[in-house]
Amino acid sequence: MDHRIIDEQLDILRDKVLLLGGKAEAAVERAMKSLMTRDSDLAQAVLEEDKVINQMELEIDRLSVEIIALYQPAAHDLRLVISVAKITPVLERLADHAGNIAEAVLIINTEPELRQFPELKIMADAAADMLRKALDAFIAEDGDAARSVIREDKLIDASYKKVFGDLIGMIINDPSTTTSAAQLLFVAKHLERIGDYVKDVCELTVYLAEASIIKHSPKEA
Amino acid sequence: MSKIRVTNLDFFYAKVQALHGISIEIPQNEVVAFIGPSGCGKSTFLRTLNRMNDTIPNTRADGEILIDGVNINDSKTDVVALRRKVGMVFQKSNPFPKSIFDNVAYGIQINGLHSNKADLAARVEKALTDAALWNEVKDRLNTSAFGLSGGQQQRLCIARALAVQPEIVLMDEPASALDPMATQKIEELVVELKRDYTIIIVTHNMQQAARVSDKTAFFMLGKLVEFNPTQKMFTNPNEKLTEDYITGRFG
Repeated sequence: MDHRIIDEQLDILRDKVLLLGGKAEAAVERAMKSLMTRDSDLAQAVLEEDKVINQMELEIDRLSVEIIALYQPAAHDLRLVISVAKITPVLERLADHAGNIAEAVLIINTEPELRQFPELKIMADAAADMLRKALDAFIAEDGDAARSVIREDKLIDASYKKVFGDLIGMIINDPSTTTSAAQLLFVAKHLERIGDYVKDVCELTVYLAEASIIKHSPKEA
Repeated sequence: MSKIRVTNLDFFYAKVQALHGISIEIPQNEVVAFIGPSGCGKSTFLRTLNRMNDTIPNTRADGEILIDGVNINDSKTDVVALRRKVGMVFQKSNPFPKSIFDNVAYGIQINGLHSNKADLAARVEKALTDAALWNEVKDRLNTSAFGLSGGQQQRLCIARALAVQPEIVLMDEPASALDPMATQKIEELVVELKRDYTIIIVTHNMQQAARVSDKTAFFMLGKLVEFNPTQKMFTNPNEKLTEDYITGRFG
């Protein structure tokens, strides 16, 4: 049997999670652009878009439950539904962090401009790149590619430490920068968390592709 | 220790080979599900385990089937004793045209398992209780078995099989003709019975196999494709053929 009724539903599910991933990816990129260009309108747009993302999460949840209830998926089909159901809230939270960055931008833009922090850009680019590759690996069900994305998170963690030190130093040296610097600290932390969420997506991709659980087993990654 | 150990079993209906080199070990007090498309040999294999195929002319089994270490295909095997030890429940419930009591008592009587009338009644009650039917029929034991519902009739057949104190119970699609409630009762019963019996169940219902069995064997074209813990079979089978079958890609 080449075509099964469940295939149609699984294709829809796959498409919807990919769409959600694309929205989350765009949210991160636009939030960071609003930071770099001091564009409050763009930051506001990111916050508006978050409502759409929340609705997409609910829709994928509904479809996942429906597929389990109506089609009783097994083996690979089951792993696909379970991994989508687990990836969806991860992507939604990831987009929430983009929204949090946008909120920080709205505050930062009311303060005098600070010097540029190249590490923030490096972190943001790395996070967006990781997310893109993680979603590609998920769709291709490529466990090796997912594992390779997980290893890239180290770059984000290293940049985070550097930015953190620089911003604390700035606050100590010039307390008048505290408001903006503290918001930038939040931004850095949000980017670091986004990297962690991308890792979660990759771990679930390995589960989908290989039925192995590498979560909480760093050596397996 | 394995209750049943089958090594290289071939089975033929005249010149047609229905089973090819089946080797499997079935542990005691577990439920094993046999799944596979129609004609894959799962029922044929089931029937080799108590030599029910002997009743079909021109059949032949090669290879070894050990139950508790004894080769059941040995010419010295007492087939009646074997079938007492390895009971069977069929797809279609087939009560005798007798009372509920007599249906269960029959096997006990012809095997001479009881010492007196009271013992016979006690054995009938135990079998009906084990088959989760006692409470529903205790007040009408002398009425016809045909007055029972389909699900009750099937549980009566299970009680009949249990009455002669088997160690292994073979079930060939025992719930395929039953409604969901009756099916659920049979499934609960199967899980309950494994405390005292080794159970093999043939089923076309994948979810039923997943729900009730500890291990699942997948058959295809007379061969055993995969035999693994049920949890493994339904989440990450080793063989692509198994995956394709349980996800409905064929069969």
